This record gives sequence, structure tokens and C-alpha cells, in this order.
Amino acid sequence: MKIVAVCGMGIGTSVLLKMNAEKVLAKLGIDADVEAADMGVARGAAQTAEIVLTSEELAEELGDVPAEVIVIKNFFDLDEITEKLTAAVE
Amino acid sequence: MALNLAEALSSIDTRAEAADWRAAIRLAGAGLVAGGATTDAYTDEMIDAVEKHGPYIVIAPGVALAHSRPSPAVLTGGLSWVSLATPVEFGNKANDPVTLVIGLAATDHDAHLQVMQALAGVLSDSAAMTRLTAAGTADEVRAVLGELAVAA
Repeated sequence: MKIVAVCGMGIGTSVLLKMNAEKVLAKLGIDADVEAADMGVARGAAQTAEIVLTSEELAEELGDVPAEVIVIKNFFDLDEITEKLTAAVE
Repeated sequence: MALNLAEALSSIDTRAEAADWRAAIRLAGAGLVAGGATTDAYTDEMIDAVEKHGPYIVIAPGVALAHSRPSPAVLTGGLSWVSLATPVEFGNKANDPVTLVIGLAATDHDAHLQVMQALAGVLSDSAAMTRLTAAGTADEVRAVLGELAVAA
């Protein structure tokens, strides 16, 4: 499974989101490749990814993509990430 | 032992006063400049990023990660810490108001991963975050971060 974590610049928030998503995926036993990307790269990457993780503001900016877009409010709330990823994978 | 985030911080300000989110980011930018990580232009770039993409940098309740992309204004990787005396609204629906602004500068997309891992560890520890945002001096912040690094 391919997952893209998206932020505006690709060096800060998306990297943190990727790290926490990987923690959650390992715990859930899901084999996935998580990539951190900025908005420009993400528009391309989201065409082939199954899931996009991002914040509410950036989800609006990203617009329509074939991937399922999951909005994370608190990037450090592993429970929130677990719940939303589980729901998306099922 | 995990990387001690205190050693990665270019500067620590506590109980700082900022009138609005731009002023709060300017404090974080000034910390990066004082630590030799960036030039003043990077501070403007961090503000531009929020103007362009919105207040998504408020990534957890009360915490803003101010940053822009690698640019000539970044001299070396750096991290600055500004806790605010009075919380400031960034316009983020889920996570306002902000009490802690962390300024981040990176020279490329991979060099700062160890620092980011240490940062993620600290920010996801809610008990530590309560102590860190309440800390009144830079030494207190360093002491808490040092304890976390030993415990990790």
C-alpha cells in the first residue's frame, strides 16, 4: 500500500506525520510505504497512492485526487491516526 | 539514548510576548538567526508559507511548527523554541490557540531526520509537554528535555 503524508514544504509537518503513521502501521501490522511530500509533489504522488494523510487546510488546497484523503487534526495523537487509518484500510 | 533535543536547539525563549501569529513566528525566526542557522529572509519565508498554505503548521493543540523549505536563507539546520506568555490565535480550527512555537530550518529533506524524531518523541509526550510549556526559563526547558533524552 502506498501512503503519502502531505505538507506545504515537505520538510516539517509531513515528516512528523510520516513518522507517526509508520508507528501506527507497524502496530497494526499493515505493510505500507509512507512518503513525505510537499504540495507540488503530492499532487502527482496522490494519483498513484491509496491514502493521503494531511491537515484540514491542506486537504482543501490539494483538491480532488483519486486517493482517499484522511484529515489528521492532532499529528501527535496516535489514537486519532490509528482510528482513521484503520477505518480507511478496512 | 535518544538525541537530546536541547542540544539541537539554537535558542530557547520562555514567557515571550507576541501580539499575533506573525509576531510569534518572528520570535521563532529571530531565535534561528541568533543561533546562526538562518538569515532574516528565512523568517519572512516562514510567514509567507502560512499566508500561502494557511495555518496548517499548528500541528497539535497549542503547538506551531514554523518552517519553510530549504533555501539560500538557511545557513545550517536549526531549531528554535518560543513559549508564549499569552496564547496566540493562528486561525487553526482544531488546535488554536498556540502556546509553543518551534522554528525549524533544514538544508535538505533528509539531514534533519534525527532531530525530527527527537522532536516527535517530545511532542507526543503529553505529560512532558505540560511541563515544557509551563517552564519559566530556558534552563528549565533544557532540564526537562535532558530527562526525556535519558528516559527514551
